[in-house]
Amino acid sequence: MALLGHLSLWLAFLVGLWGAITGFVGGIQNRADLQQSARNATFALFAALLVAVISLEISIFRHDFSLEYVAAYTSRNLPTFYLWSALYAGQKGSLLFWATVLSLFAMLVQIMTGGRHRVYLPFVAAVTCTVATFFITVMLFAANPFERLTFMPLDGRGMNPQLQNPGMVFHPPMLYLGYISITIPFAFAIAALLSKRLDSDWLVAIRKWTLVSWLFLSIGLLIGMWWAYVELGWGGYWAWDPVENAALLPWLVMTAFLHSVMVQEKRGMLKKWNLALIIGAWLLSIFGTFITRSGVIASVHSFTQSSVGYYFLVFLVLASVLSFALYTSRLPLLEAEATLESMVSREASFLFNNLLLIGIAFSVLWGTLFPILSEAIKGTKITVGPPFFNQVNIPLGLALLAMTGIGPLIAWRRASIPNLKRQFAVPLTSGIFTLLILLVAGVRDVGALMAISIGGFVFGTVVQEFARGARARHRQYGESTPYAVVQLLARNRRRYGGYIVHVAIVMLFVAFAGMAFKTETEATLRPGESAELKGRDGHVYTFTHLGISQYNALNRQVTAALIDVRRDGKAFGRLRTEKRQHVDALGNPTFQPSTEVGIMSGLRVDLYVVLAGLVNGTEQAVFRFTINPLVWWVWYGGMIVVLGGLIVMWPGGGSPAVKRAQAGYAVRLVNEGG
Amino acid sequence: MKGWYNRVMKAGTKFAIGAVLIVGSVGYLMASGIKQTGQYFLTPSELAQRVSADPSFYDLGMKVGARVVPGTVTKEIATQTLSFHITDGTVSYPVVFKGLPPDTFTDSVEVVVEGRLQRDGVIHATNVLAKCGSRYEAVPKA
Repeated sequence: MALLGHLSLWLAFLVGLWGAITGFVGGIQNRADLQQSARNATFALFAALLVAVISLEISIFRHDFSLEYVAAYTSRNLPTFYLWSALYAGQKGSLLFWATVLSLFAMLVQIMTGGRHRVYLPFVAAVTCTVATFFITVMLFAANPFERLTFMPLDGRGMNPQLQNPGMVFHPPMLYLGYISITIPFAFAIAALLSKRLDSDWLVAIRKWTLVSWLFLSIGLLIGMWWAYVELGWGGYWAWDPVENAALLPWLVMTAFLHSVMVQEKRGMLKKWNLALIIGAWLLSIFGTFITRSGVIASVHSFTQSSVGYYFLVFLVLASVLSFALYTSRLPLLEAEATLESMVSREASFLFNNLLLIGIAFSVLWGTLFPILSEAIKGTKITVGPPFFNQVNIPLGLALLAMTGIGPLIAWRRASIPNLKRQFAVPLTSGIFTLLILLVAGVRDVGALMAISIGGFVFGTVVQEFARGARARHRQYGESTPYAVVQLLARNRRRYGGYIVHVAIVMLFVAFAGMAFKTETEATLRPGESAELKGRDGHVYTFTHLGISQYNALNRQVTAALIDVRRDGKAFGRLRTEKRQHVDALGNPTFQPSTEVGIMSGLRVDLYVVLAGLVNGTEQAVFRFTINPLVWWVWYGGMIVVLGGLIVMWPGGGSPAVKRAQAGYAVRLVNEGG
Repeated sequence: MKGWYNRVMKAGTKFAIGAVLIVGSVGYLMASGIKQTGQYFLTPSELAQRVSADPSFYDLGMKVGARVVPGTVTKEIATQTLSFHITDGTVSYPVVFKGLPPDTFTDSVEVVVEGRLQRDGVIHATNVLAKCGSRYEAVPKA
C-alpha cells in the first residue's frame, strides 16, 4: 500500500508539472490541444492524489506501523472515529490532504466554470497545478508520509489526546478547505492578469469562489474556537495565538474584498485594490502555512521544527515576487472608470470599511511578527500578547461595526442631507435606545456599552432595510409581509443574505463584549464541600463536590468529578469534569494527562468547570470554576454567519439581466428611501 | 451649508484626509499597544546578563523561554503552588508559580514563563505556557 501511495505521489508530481507547463504555454499561445491537456491534467492530478490518500488511510486502518507516519500518530487502541482524522493529525499527512483538496478544487473549477469565464481556465489550471506541485515536492523531498521505518514497532505512539475531540475531526478540514480554496480566486486573478482580460467578467468568477473560501474559513475558525473552548480548559475561545492569527488574516482580507468588489461592479472603481486584496489573501494563506510549519514563531499549534519551513519560505518569496511583477506590469490596464464624487457615498463607506479591515489585518500581522522583527532590528526579542491585540483591535473593531450599520444607509455616488436624515433616524434611535437600556441596567463597562449600542444601531439598519424592501414588495405585488421578506431573500440573495451576516456579526460582537464580565474562582474541595461564585447575570451559583470516580475506558484511565450546581439555592443541574490519562494497548501511559471541561451552557452564562487535580490521590480535588457570559451567542452567531453566507452563495436567482435590474431597483429604493 | 466646503475641497482630498486619519490611528494604536504591553522574551543566559548589567531588570514583567530541569518539579496541590527550575544549559533559575499549570506541563518540557525576577533570584511566574515540542506531534518517550 505504501509503495502504491509513494508511486502515485511521483505520478502526481509529473502530472502537476505537465499541467502547469501546458496550461501556461497553451494559454499564452492559445493552443487548444495544450489547453485541453492542462484541463485533463487537473483530473489526473486529483486521481493520483486520491490514490495516495486512500493508500495512507488503508495503512492507517491496517495499523501498518512500518510506516513512520502511521506509527507516530495512531495506535491499536485509537477509536475508529479518530483513525480517519489521523490523515491530517501530523505534518506529512496534512500536506497530502492539502494537495489533494487543492487538486479537487482545481478539477471542480474546470468542470463548473462555464460560458464567458472559460477563457481563464488554462491559466487557472496552470496556477492550481503549480501550487499543488509545490506541495507534492515538499512531500517527496522533505516530508514523505510514506516514509518507512527500518523496523516494525508493536504499537504506534497514538494520537495526542487533545486532538481526540469531535471538533478535531471537523476543524482542520474546514479550515483547510477555506485556506486551500483561496488558491482558486488567486488563480483567476493571475489568469486575468496574464490574459489581459481585466473587464468585469473575471470579477464574477472570482467573487463566487472567494465567497466559498470565506465561508469555509469562517466555519473552520468557529469550530476552532469551539474546540479551544471545550478542550483546552483555559476558559476562552480566542487567545491571539499566532496560528489563530494566521487563519484570521486571510479571512479579514477576503471580507474586505467581498465588500470592495461591489464598488468595482457598480462603479468600475478600485480595480487595482481588489486584485491586490485577492493576491494578498492568498499570499497570507501561504504565509500562515509557513509560520505554522517552520517553528519560526512559538505557538501552541506549531508542528515540530523541520526543513519544511524553508520550502515554504522560498515558495512564499518566489510567489510574492512573481505576482508583484505581473501585477505592476498590468497596472495601466486597471485604471478606474469613475472617480469618487463625495465623501458621503456608499463608495466612500466601503473604502473606509476596507481601510479598517486591512488596518486590523495589518496590526494582527505586525503583532504576530513582532518578536522576529524586534529581534532582527533591535537585537532583543519583544513579544506582544492578547493585551496588545485587544487594545488595538477593540477600537478598530467597534469602528468597523459602526460602518456595518452606516454603509447600507448611504446612497451610491452622493447622499443628500434630507436623504441621510430619513435613513439614519430609525437606526440611530435604536442605537441610543439600546444604550439607555444598558445604562439603566447598570452596565458601566465602556467597551461593552459601545459594542452593544453600536450593535443596536446596526440591527436597526438591517431591520429598516428589510422593512422597506418588504413594504415595497407589498405595494408592488401585494405580497403579505412574511412572504415579502422571504421573497426579498430569495430574489436578492447577496444583499439580504449579507444583512443576515451583519446581524450575526452583531451577535458575535455582543458575545465578545460579554467576555469582559467573566468571573472566576479556584477552590480545593473535599466531597460534600462547596464553593460559591456570583455571576454577572445577578445569580449566585453554588458548586458542591459530590465525589470522584475512577475507571478505565478504551484507551484511557478516567478520573471524573461530579459537581452539583445550585442557582440561588435552587437545584440547577450537575456538571462532570474529567482528567484523562491516555494509555497504550499494554496499559502504559502515553502523553500527559488531559482535561475534559464540564460546561453547562445557557443563553446568558456558561458555567465552566475544570478539574485541576486530586490532592495526594485522595478525593479532595482542586477545581477552577468560571462563569462566562454570552458564550452561547458566539456559536449561534457563528451559525447565522454560515446561514447568511449560504444564502448569498446559493446558485441561481435569475439571469444576469434580471439581477442587474433588481440591483438597480434596490439602489433606487435606497436613494428614494422607500 | 454643505456647499461651501464642497467647493473648497474635492471628494478625493476629503477621502484622503479620512484615510490618513484611519491609518494614523491604526499606527498610533499599534505603537502605544507595543509600548504598553510589549514584554521582553529572554533566555536565562540573556536574563542573567541583563540583570548584572542593569539591576532595574529585577521586578520587570517579561517572558523567559527555557527547559524545565528534570527532577526539580514540586507540586503542592493544596496551595496550588508549583516550583521548578528552568535552564538553557548554562544558566538556571528557580521558578515559583501559583495556579493551575497547563495539561502539557511535565518534567523536562520546554516552557515559556511569564513573570518577574525578584531580587531573591526567583522568578515569580504569573503564567506558565508549556510548549510540548508541538501540540500535533507525539512527545518522544524519554
